[in-house]
Amino acid sequence: MQLNDEERAMLAGEYGEARRWAIEHQIQVGDFFDAADFVPVSQAHIMADTESLGEAGVAFLERLAALPESERRVRVPTITDPRGLDFAVYKRLGQTDAMAALEARAIAAFRAFGVLMTDTCINYQTILPPVRGEHLAMGDTGVVIYSNSVFGARSNFEGGPSALAAGLTGRTPRYGYHLDAARRPTHRFRVTAAPRDLSEWGALGGIVGRECGSYWTVPLVEGIETPPGSDALKHFGAAMASYGSVALFHMSGVTPEPAECAAAAAAIGRAEIDAFLASYEAKGDKVDVVVFAAPQLSLIEMAEVAEALDGRHVHADTTLLVATSPEIKSAADRMGLTARIEASGAMVAAGICFYQSYAGELAAANGWTRLLTNSAKLTNIIGGYGYKPTLASLARCVDSAVAGRIV
Amino acid sequence: MPPLLKCHPGIGPAVTGVALVAKDNFSARYDLDRKAGTFSRPSHALAGQSYKDRILVLDQAKGGVATAWMLHEMAARNVAPLALVLNRVNPILAQGAALAGMTMVDRFESDVTDLIRTGDTVRVDPAAGTVEIVKRDNG
Repeated sequence: MQLNDEERAMLAGEYGEARRWAIEHQIQVGDFFDAADFVPVSQAHIMADTESLGEAGVAFLERLAALPESERRVRVPTITDPRGLDFAVYKRLGQTDAMAALEARAIAAFRAFGVLMTDTCINYQTILPPVRGEHLAMGDTGVVIYSNSVFGARSNFEGGPSALAAGLTGRTPRYGYHLDAARRPTHRFRVTAAPRDLSEWGALGGIVGRECGSYWTVPLVEGIETPPGSDALKHFGAAMASYGSVALFHMSGVTPEPAECAAAAAAIGRAEIDAFLASYEAKGDKVDVVVFAAPQLSLIEMAEVAEALDGRHVHADTTLLVATSPEIKSAADRMGLTARIEASGAMVAAGICFYQSYAGELAAANGWTRLLTNSAKLTNIIGGYGYKPTLASLARCVDSAVAGRIV
Repeated sequence: MPPLLKCHPGIGPAVTGVALVAKDNFSARYDLDRKAGTFSRPSHALAGQSYKDRILVLDQAKGGVATAWMLHEMAARNVAPLALVLNRVNPILAQGAALAGMTMVDRFESDVTDLIRTGDTVRVDPAAGTVEIVKRDNG
């Protein structure tokens, strides 16, 4: 990679050990992807739940966080993805004090870097939405695909170490979705049946993602006649990124970048969406846990959950968990939505997103197997943790939570 | 002369070990029981098999960002693959290998999951951008 004077000085350690580590890490990654140079970024977003970090990751952060203040402070606004544990609900969820202690150490380290603990994967809805052409170092696949596609911003998937490095150096290697050439569509899809709710938007994203199947593919989606809205695109993109590792889509008439693709269009209609949902179907099964998360809920989704639960009680053998961001939780508290949801026996957690919260240990502690959700992304992830997931609409999830079985 | 496969220069030290091969993809979060060191996702082609100290040969990186931390955490407990050899990785696997100091290469001239078989002994040299099949498994 071509380095400027400042970057060479960072690599030589003239700005301290944290920035030396950071730029060395970034050069390794940049060289691997044949990046020509660095590009300045305006925000970084760090995924760093303690289940992923483990003791080794937290110790790594603490080592850098112990450096002198001038050497350890991030240079651009740096925010966080959901963490592994909400201190207000972890005991009710069956998480342990050891998990909470590790979480507290990670948070202390991030604060020492000057990181803003936003604990959210919906920062594009709640913190500071990107603008077109803005170069970013975003650390959650759902955030990256939404920022790239809906706003026309430019980010690769930046895992926790790389997003922290970008915060410390204020830049990232220029490869992948920072470059015009990588942003052109490679696959074309024609949607012939409009999804009817968020679970179906996720299913559609999952189908496109599976077909693409690689970080280096870019789908162009045609046939969507009505702009879907932010929550629909959130579930659509998050599922596509999860099922296919896709980081950018174009949607004719909706997304801002001009996109043309000569490839033959693959049709996706009602039959394909129904088949996707049917592959997870388990009607009549006892349901252990119903999860609204992945991505965290917007204020509008919180209101929909409250509305669906009003005057009803979650079955004694079923847990209903709602995960949102700290900002939305405060708003939901203020507007009475949290109280309405929790009056049913459901739990509202802030700053977590379920699958990043020791999902395997939660299953063991609570005896959970059958999980019901309206998030296709969660349906895709959670199988590896030993759950049997089913995907259904918000209304059907709530009806099932009340019945204690999948209706 | 043993077969020498060319790839893009990679990350981490040169290593020699026994291959575990599948035409499937890879994510530490989605696919693994990281405590046991096995593939845990029921639909994965390697479900139930141990990856500890094996050279994993797979198709693509998939899914989320957690693998960037998880490879480091797995390596710290010595329950980790010896190397990752894929047709094409995403940024997360590259970032994870860089943090963990784990050997990783990708971008071969043809499908690497056809070129290497489970049980083969291979030497991965990231600096040279080569994978040498040192010994074919005849079992």
